[in-house]
Amino acid sequence: MSELLGLTVAEAAGRIREGALSAAEYGQAWREAAAGDRLNAYLWTAEGGEEGNGADGALAGVPIAVKDIFCTEGVPTTAASRILEGYRPPYTATAVRRLTGAGARVLGKTNMDEFAMGSSNENSAYGPVLNPWDTARVPGGSSGGSAAAVAAGLAPCAIGTDTGGSIRQPASLCGIVGLKPTYGAVSRYGMIAFASSLDQCGPLTRDVTDAALLLGVLEGRDPCDSTSVGLGEVRLPGREDLRGLRFAVPSGIGEEDGIEPGVRDVFEATLRRIEELGGEVDSAELTHAPHGISAYYVIAPAEASSNLARYDGVRYGMRVEAPEVIEMYEATRAAGFGAEVKRRIMLGTYALSSGYYEAYYGRAQRVRTKIAEDFAAAFEGFDFVVTPTSPSVAFGLGEKTGDPLAMYLNDYFTVPMSLAGIPAISIPAGLAEPPGGGARLPVGFQIAAPAFHESELLDAAYALEQSIGFEAKPPA
Amino acid sequence: MPELRATNNEQLEAVIGLEIHVQLSTRTKMFCGCALSFGDEPNVHTCPVCLAHPGVLPVTNEAAIRYALQIALALECEVAPRSIFHRKNYFYPDNPKAYQISQYDFPLATAGRLGEVRIHRVHLEEDAAKMIHLGESGRIHGSGESLVDFNRAGTPLVEIVSEPDIRSAAQAREWAQLLRTTVRQLGVSDVNMEEGSLRVDANVSVRPAGSEELGTKTELKNMNSFRFLERGIEAELERQRGLLESGGGVVQETLHFDPASGTLTPLRSKEEAHDYRYFPEPDLVPVAPSEEMLSEAREALPELPAARAGRYEEMGLAVETAQRLAADPGTGDYFEQTAAAASAEPRVVANWVTGELAAVLRQDGGEAGPADSRVSPEALARLIGLVAEKRISHGSGKQVLALLAAEGGDPEKLVEREGLAQISDSGELETVVAAAIEANPEAAEQVRSGNAKAAGVIVGAVMKETKGRADGGEVSRLIREQLG
Repeated sequence: MSELLGLTVAEAAGRIREGALSAAEYGQAWREAAAGDRLNAYLWTAEGGEEGNGADGALAGVPIAVKDIFCTEGVPTTAASRILEGYRPPYTATAVRRLTGAGARVLGKTNMDEFAMGSSNENSAYGPVLNPWDTARVPGGSSGGSAAAVAAGLAPCAIGTDTGGSIRQPASLCGIVGLKPTYGAVSRYGMIAFASSLDQCGPLTRDVTDAALLLGVLEGRDPCDSTSVGLGEVRLPGREDLRGLRFAVPSGIGEEDGIEPGVRDVFEATLRRIEELGGEVDSAELTHAPHGISAYYVIAPAEASSNLARYDGVRYGMRVEAPEVIEMYEATRAAGFGAEVKRRIMLGTYALSSGYYEAYYGRAQRVRTKIAEDFAAAFEGFDFVVTPTSPSVAFGLGEKTGDPLAMYLNDYFTVPMSLAGIPAISIPAGLAEPPGGGARLPVGFQIAAPAFHESELLDAAYALEQSIGFEAKPPA
Repeated sequence: MPELRATNNEQLEAVIGLEIHVQLSTRTKMFCGCALSFGDEPNVHTCPVCLAHPGVLPVTNEAAIRYALQIALALECEVAPRSIFHRKNYFYPDNPKAYQISQYDFPLATAGRLGEVRIHRVHLEEDAAKMIHLGESGRIHGSGESLVDFNRAGTPLVEIVSEPDIRSAAQAREWAQLLRTTVRQLGVSDVNMEEGSLRVDANVSVRPAGSEELGTKTELKNMNSFRFLERGIEAELERQRGLLESGGGVVQETLHFDPASGTLTPLRSKEEAHDYRYFPEPDLVPVAPSEEMLSEAREALPELPAARAGRYEEMGLAVETAQRLAADPGTGDYFEQTAAAASAEPRVVANWVTGELAAVLRQDGGEAGPADSRVSPEALARLIGLVAEKRISHGSGKQVLALLAAEGGDPEKLVEREGLAQISDSGELETVVAAAIEANPEAAEQVRSGNAKAAGVIVGAVMKETKGRADGGEVSRLIREQLG
């Protein structure tokens, strides 16, 4: 990796603003790196040529990998689905506009699970993304392309979306930093909807500082998104200890959640490190969090069944012709959607149907409220809640594709924060040997904070990151 | 259901409720910034939001909320402190998101009233796109090709649902017209049925008179004029009564009114068999009208027909006349201007406006109300004064009114020009009366023997001789005097 590619985003942008680094040169270096993608991380890469604008912005001259779920005007946007093959949006997502407005350039559009439904990136209609640490393994999902690109040095930073863990879990499995902000911190306008009440855009970066830098650009109230409120100023982190901070570990963790031994070791070592840094660690009751997955797999598919109904072959994207309009819908959607998307549309349609609404959707929403109340109660006595990000390290390609429930359990620790709408970050905390043996793989550590406390969250994550000093890199 | 059997029409009472969609005349659409339009080139008022491109989000039009609040308040509804939007999910090419953003169990307003009909609810939603089916049927089935115009997609709609308080097709039409007048007065919609900015569907059932239970209802759609509304309901009532009288039953279904034939045909069950899977729209925040919005809407309310009618009754008008004038604000204003200029009682002025003037204008065949006619309120006031002061007879007054309506001008000058001044010289009138008695000996004899009604013949003869310029009361007095 050249010296240029070794710079963090904060460093590179600083040098470009000072005139010490040419944006064109920096951009060219990254385009060449992206062109060497052998992980199927990108679905589209930019030809280049636009550097030089926004030279004094926070992200001056920074190329960024954008998950293919964000609409980009004139640039193919598929959400990794056949049904949007060839679709070029007539507008650009607010999140992307904010990035380019701060001087960033879109380096490419990254692969993902179709419509963000998946935890392994194997649900892409354009083939799976490979994990740079071990190409026989998955990078996690759904923002697997973004995570793999940053981990493999194919992009200096990326954005993704997180509905139940889709930023944090692939960040964990790829050994990078992934932040899901508070629901409403970043505009969802132009982000192809999966589950509207959960979807949130966030950064995937090499370090916590870059995550804070990107979040500061991304956040903000957007008149095009009624549910956006913004965060106000995001401080760049600088804290070096955790004195006076209280960290809650959900009681009962590790009992029935299928945590791999290697992941548990790294988690426990990290808890000790928190104490060494002056933080207090204690357990807290999050009684309803274990029901998070069940509630999530009702709410998210229900919203998805409605959000994905617009892909009907009438106005854009794929159409399979048929003599009658209903048959055209059926043929188009049958050919255009993959198996997991169809499964969730069916689940969601069922959950919302007349006579079942209360038993499924209504009850799931009540569980969601309980989970949010549990977090609120925990935050009365604690500053943060911590868990492993994922119960496992990166698993093998094809290992869980036949067992949707096992796949869904990958989001066991990330889903509750999504349901509660609170911010959570995954930072690389160490390496662990996978259950079957083999080269050691990254393990993520998740920290969650009360809504709108991103600056405090990033500060704590930074202190821990500095102490851990995770330097491992995937094999070249 | 044997209790629904009946042997003749009179025993089956109509139970009718209306569902009314009003397109608001805001500048932009309900959830995006596209301009509203009618009759423009297809698909020119569209954007990623109203075409439902991937990733777009709706943003509620605040003006639409303000307009809807005015309608709700005009219908004396209770406005919900917090109402929410739901998604109504169904696939159809005119529904680009495959869900319509509407309101479901928490509507904007409930429990209102307009005239004698209660309002169930008032809610906000968005209109669908317009479809054109090529081919003979004009319906999607059997058409070779269908085109979609998204200009209309996302136009703000207010849906008003009445309680089933209407008891006849004519009442349904009258009430719908009152609703149109009320909404038009607010200035929040064009409320034009032909252009579709006012759409009235009817829920129709029949039941034995006096029964409290509701019969099975059918829903009537596509009645795009007040006349068709009345005809459609009339036809459906007849059909339902026929079914019940012959021992059959009504099937709950949606019926499509065909204006060309005046008949009702069921929509295919495939087109209506929906489970809409309503759930709260996660992309929008609840509608919680601020005190400022509510008071502004309240202050913007013009005087509504009910209040106006009450004021007219206080002025001494008969209930029916007051309601008639109040239902048509233009005519009501005209009446008030005339009454202000006239020396006569408001009651007398009202009778001229709703009686003589309306008749004259009807004869002209025009649709124009008094306010648009050539008879100015001042001219009518002076004309009423001439009659009240007995300077011209009532009959002459009607002649002058017809002339005013035809050519405008000043009533005094017309009276002079046409020589219609009342005969005030009682000597001259006495002579005419005496001649009329002599010419009608039989009638005179009957009057003498106590049959006062027989005097009519003599009065008629006097009026004919004087060309209506005699005062009827004076003529009667002279007849009684001479036949005393």
